[in-house]
Amino acid sequence: MAPTSNQPLTRDQAKVMNRYDITKRMLTHLRHDEAVIGGIGYSNFDLWAASENPNGRRQQNFYMLGSMGLAVPIALGVALAQPQRRTIALEGDGSILMQLGCLGTVAARAQKNLIVVILDNGAYQITGGQKTLTDQGVDIVAVARAEGLAQSAWAADESAFEEMIDRALKEDGPWLIGCRIDNNKPVDTTERDPSRIRDQFMRGLGVKK
Amino acid sequence: MADGAPERAWYEIVRDVLKQHKVSLVPYVPDNVLRPLIELIESDPFFTAFAVAREEEGLGITAGAWMGGTRAILLMQTSGFATLANQLASLSVPFQIPTMMIVSERGTLGEFNIGQMLVARTMRPVLDCLAIEHHTVTRLDEVEFIFDRSITQAVATLGPVCFILSPLLTGGKVFAK
Repeated sequence: MAPTSNQPLTRDQAKVMNRYDITKRMLTHLRHDEAVIGGIGYSNFDLWAASENPNGRRQQNFYMLGSMGLAVPIALGVALAQPQRRTIALEGDGSILMQLGCLGTVAARAQKNLIVVILDNGAYQITGGQKTLTDQGVDIVAVARAEGLAQSAWAADESAFEEMIDRALKEDGPWLIGCRIDNNKPVDTTERDPSRIRDQFMRGLGVKK
Repeated sequence: MADGAPERAWYEIVRDVLKQHKVSLVPYVPDNVLRPLIELIESDPFFTAFAVAREEEGLGITAGAWMGGTRAILLMQTSGFATLANQLASLSVPFQIPTMMIVSERGTLGEFNIGQMLVARTMRPVLDCLAIEHHTVTRLDEVEFIFDRSITQAVATLGPVCFILSPLLTGGKVFAK
């Protein structure tokens, strides 16, 4: 990934941002019904919260209710099925740590229409804030690069994140954008109605009429 | 089968039924017993087949593909299936995603690895307690019927299905000294 004006090299150098704010900023850049797969926990809750608008809630979002670690694989499946649509996996640090092999799979597939956004607060926040490995030295962007995802970088700050997501939506991926985030509570809680979530998502993708 | 037509091997029948049902995406964690099926599928441009690092990951890929409008099936061996209970219980079943699985059965009919024998005991109870349709395929003349009908049923009922390929069908993996 070509560096943004103030590209941080490591996790430690990236600004700690707010989860809801970053999610909201990401969504404002989506103009072509891009698919978004929300992993579990607070990243999922804030995707739900940030997707509410006066016309109803964004349809092209999928919210996992378990299956921790599968946001990237699910997004890869959507991306394979719909190569013309950009697909974004929104995943937490604890979750991606469970399923690191999937980044290698994404790299091996060279999936052009896939963007992975990692929201990294270094904690299993929903279970009481226990430290994850990213708070103890693991750098997910470095891991991703080592797995073959050359276009992986930390977002220095909010404006750098917007610049990166904009570019990832226009140019061939796969991309991985690391965002350090805070431990604020999520703004809302996702409605736990799996068959409705799946049905809405498939309609949003044009698979069901 | 029509008189005179050459008898197809189990993996040729499976390939043909998958094509008939437009099941085109095939992530797998390899197994020696599945090797002829994997090789057949990888050599056919109809399919997109690739190895994944874990069975869970493959299940996620097939789920995403289904929601995106592409049918997929996950290939693995018995010990791999044992890693999927949480994903089946929290993704496939509650979201009504017809996850399709082929498992080459280890742990029985001449198993030589005690770990494989034990983990195999967990497979059918997991499938049964989640009320997932599963069939153990033992006979060549039943392969087409079981796959054809069960894929139709999975899609129609939005329920996962698991095809367990018995050593009676595949020959299994034999003890090598």
